[in-house]
Amino acid sequence: MVREEAENMNTDMAIDGVETDRKRNHEIPDGFNPNYLKIYYGRFFPYGDMHKWMSYGNDGKHPGCDQSYFGRREFSFSLDKDIYLRYQSFNNAAELENSIKEKCPFKIDIGAVYSVDPANRNAYSGANVFTPVEKELVFDIDISDYDDVRFCCSGADVCSDCWPLMTVAIKVIDTALRDDFGFNHILWVYSGRRGVHCWVCDGKARRLNNEQRSAITEYLHVRKGNENSLKKVSLVGHSLHPFLGRSYAEVLKDFFEGTYISSQNLFSDEERYEKILKMIPDESITSELRGKWQDNKRPRDDINIVRWGHLKHVLQSGKHKVPSIRRCVEEIVLTFTYPRLDLEVSKHMNHLLKAPFCVHPGTGRVCVPIDPEQCEQFDPLTVPTLSKLLEELNMGALGPPGDEELENTSLGKSIKFFRSSFLHPLLKSCKEEIESSYASKIQRSKNPLNW
Amino acid sequence: MEIVGSRRKSSLSSAGDAFPTLPLYRSAPVLEVRLEDFELYAIHRLRVLKGISDGLSRGKKPNEMENLIKDLWKVNMMHSEAAEVINKDIISHFVLRLVYCREEELRRWFLSMETTLFRYRFQLETPEAQRALLAEFDLPYKAINNAEYETVKDKLNQVVRSTGQSLSSADTVYYKVPFEQVPELVATRRVYILKGYAYVAMNQVNSLLVTQYRSNLSKALVLTNRKWTSMIREQEKDRLTPIVEALSVSYLGPDYSQSKEYGEISLKDIDQVAKKSFPLCMRHLFGKLKEDHHLKHGGRMQLGLFLKGVGLNLDDALAFWKAEFSRKVGAERFDKEYAYGIRHNYGKEGKRT
Repeated sequence: MVREEAENMNTDMAIDGVETDRKRNHEIPDGFNPNYLKIYYGRFFPYGDMHKWMSYGNDGKHPGCDQSYFGRREFSFSLDKDIYLRYQSFNNAAELENSIKEKCPFKIDIGAVYSVDPANRNAYSGANVFTPVEKELVFDIDISDYDDVRFCCSGADVCSDCWPLMTVAIKVIDTALRDDFGFNHILWVYSGRRGVHCWVCDGKARRLNNEQRSAITEYLHVRKGNENSLKKVSLVGHSLHPFLGRSYAEVLKDFFEGTYISSQNLFSDEERYEKILKMIPDESITSELRGKWQDNKRPRDDINIVRWGHLKHVLQSGKHKVPSIRRCVEEIVLTFTYPRLDLEVSKHMNHLLKAPFCVHPGTGRVCVPIDPEQCEQFDPLTVPTLSKLLEELNMGALGPPGDEELENTSLGKSIKFFRSSFLHPLLKSCKEEIESSYASKIQRSKNPLNW
Repeated sequence: MEIVGSRRKSSLSSAGDAFPTLPLYRSAPVLEVRLEDFELYAIHRLRVLKGISDGLSRGKKPNEMENLIKDLWKVNMMHSEAAEVINKDIISHFVLRLVYCREEELRRWFLSMETTLFRYRFQLETPEAQRALLAEFDLPYKAINNAEYETVKDKLNQVVRSTGQSLSSADTVYYKVPFEQVPELVATRRVYILKGYAYVAMNQVNSLLVTQYRSNLSKALVLTNRKWTSMIREQEKDRLTPIVEALSVSYLGPDYSQSKEYGEISLKDIDQVAKKSFPLCMRHLFGKLKEDHHLKHGGRMQLGLFLKGVGLNLDDALAFWKAEFSRKVGAERFDKEYAYGIRHNYGKEGKRT
């Protein structure tokens, strides 16, 4: 590689100004590169943590542990030239590590835990022998699904004006999963470019069937209708369901009014505010507002806030008791800000989802965990990248091999968070679950009256 | 059940099921039945089930179905002796179990109709009766006590109002059920969920019961089938078997026997009318539909509007298209993707301006 050779040459020839030269030498171009990936897999990818996570406590010595558990998990690798390897399975951490290092996949996906090890699925005769048995409940939110309501970027781009849509999505969904459904072991991960993934790892969640996953997904799903519907969010009824009410009152309303309408200039641009007016099914109201706004007087305060105030006042003034107007304000807010899930990802047990700590081939960014408690501070543009990590490697930031070797790299914080907030509490709970279910199994078999 | 010759009068013994109006058909009762009643009761019940099947394929809404079932039951399942009503109910159910257990298709149809029948009959019961039935089903859920009710009352009322119902119709008995056991209620946000438990109102407990009823009946049908093939069919080959076999091949489709006034066409006539009187373009579309059990959008619209124009009413149109399309895409997909368009043709959907 030309660049590397040039760097080496510089190092050899540097005599004075060693410091600046060194800095220049260790700059590695941003982005992605298969050779860099090899180094990443060689020194950075957290195999041990991933294996511990995927084993859910079954890699222990307790008699209740199922030693076959890890081996029945499907992984899939995307190699370059569009080669896609499904149904990979590994019996232990070493096999997983060796295979990844050898194949150097651009993307690693995690599938379900099957009834038999996926790599040998054809060796078993009989129908229905190879079926998914457990899988985390997962969610995928992609900012390109919001393209019709964000005007700063589109497609794969993300900026600090539209990323907050992901932040509020995390808050809404995370609260629902914990408070409503009672789940505890939830991992949010940056998808590497323009979205977030959510992994719900409680035992109860892993054992849900497709119908139940579908039910949860539909509970969380609000936008219905296709390109031809004027309103995608339709709230009938005299009040909102407590879940929607809470999401609206505690997160989305303030975000929309306080941040989003201004950062997206929803009301200062005629084309944009027309979109909003289309959602109001009352001609007299929309023409009243349109008239008010067309005089184009620039008020002292933020024009967006002022006009949103007008709209709210007119819709909520109580003059119009028509049912379709009743919840119009909430409908508008939810249309713009309510989380847009990729439904298919969540509904099926056998759906594959990208593994955390992969590197996104398009951006070179590492798919790091996001702390839902601090999601407002998360900035996708400052996530550790492949090139940054390699620079740090070259500068000797890596410690001796072991649990803390990545501590001083930019990945260190993410790994620490992954372990302390997610992995350790999860494994503790898994251990308790395995022990108690084993104990009750023993109890039942001891009971002579049980048959 | 003991089947006796027609000379002996049937004796009445209690079925053993606790509640007099809605039995759960858990096990065949200890009753004596006259041979002629064996067939007659079954035919009457079959009329009810066929009526339900017809109503469903015509896309009737829930309140219409409720009325339909009430009428069907009154017309077919009553008996001169009040006490005999429950026996007729039970006997006819078990006879039809024999009839419809013998093949997968039959089982599926019977299961579906009986479950629908149960669901609506349960809905029509008084709250006390429903509570008693709930207890009988032995579901492991408890009603929440007053203290707990007070803490979640606001949220529960919010849910009621969010579904467009008024608070006055809300009841105050709620059951706490793990959310994964009531997926349909969760999916449509018709329950309040807290920490993994759904608060299910009395009138929603339907779902749980019906699911349980369906699964019980499904298992029972499989067992009945086994018993039938291994033992009963042979034993009864001169007596009951011919009756059972005859009952199952009786016509299952919608009832087209009523003729309409001049100027309208009915489903019964449609085939003949198509051959004789349709213009070529429509005859072609009609033929293709019969052949492929499918038409593309343009074809559906042309033929659909033509049929409307010659006097086919909405219900018949729905039944007609459903009968054809179900063969290709299935009844559920039909309801989901094509039924809307047909109703739109008749002005029942859309902006209606």
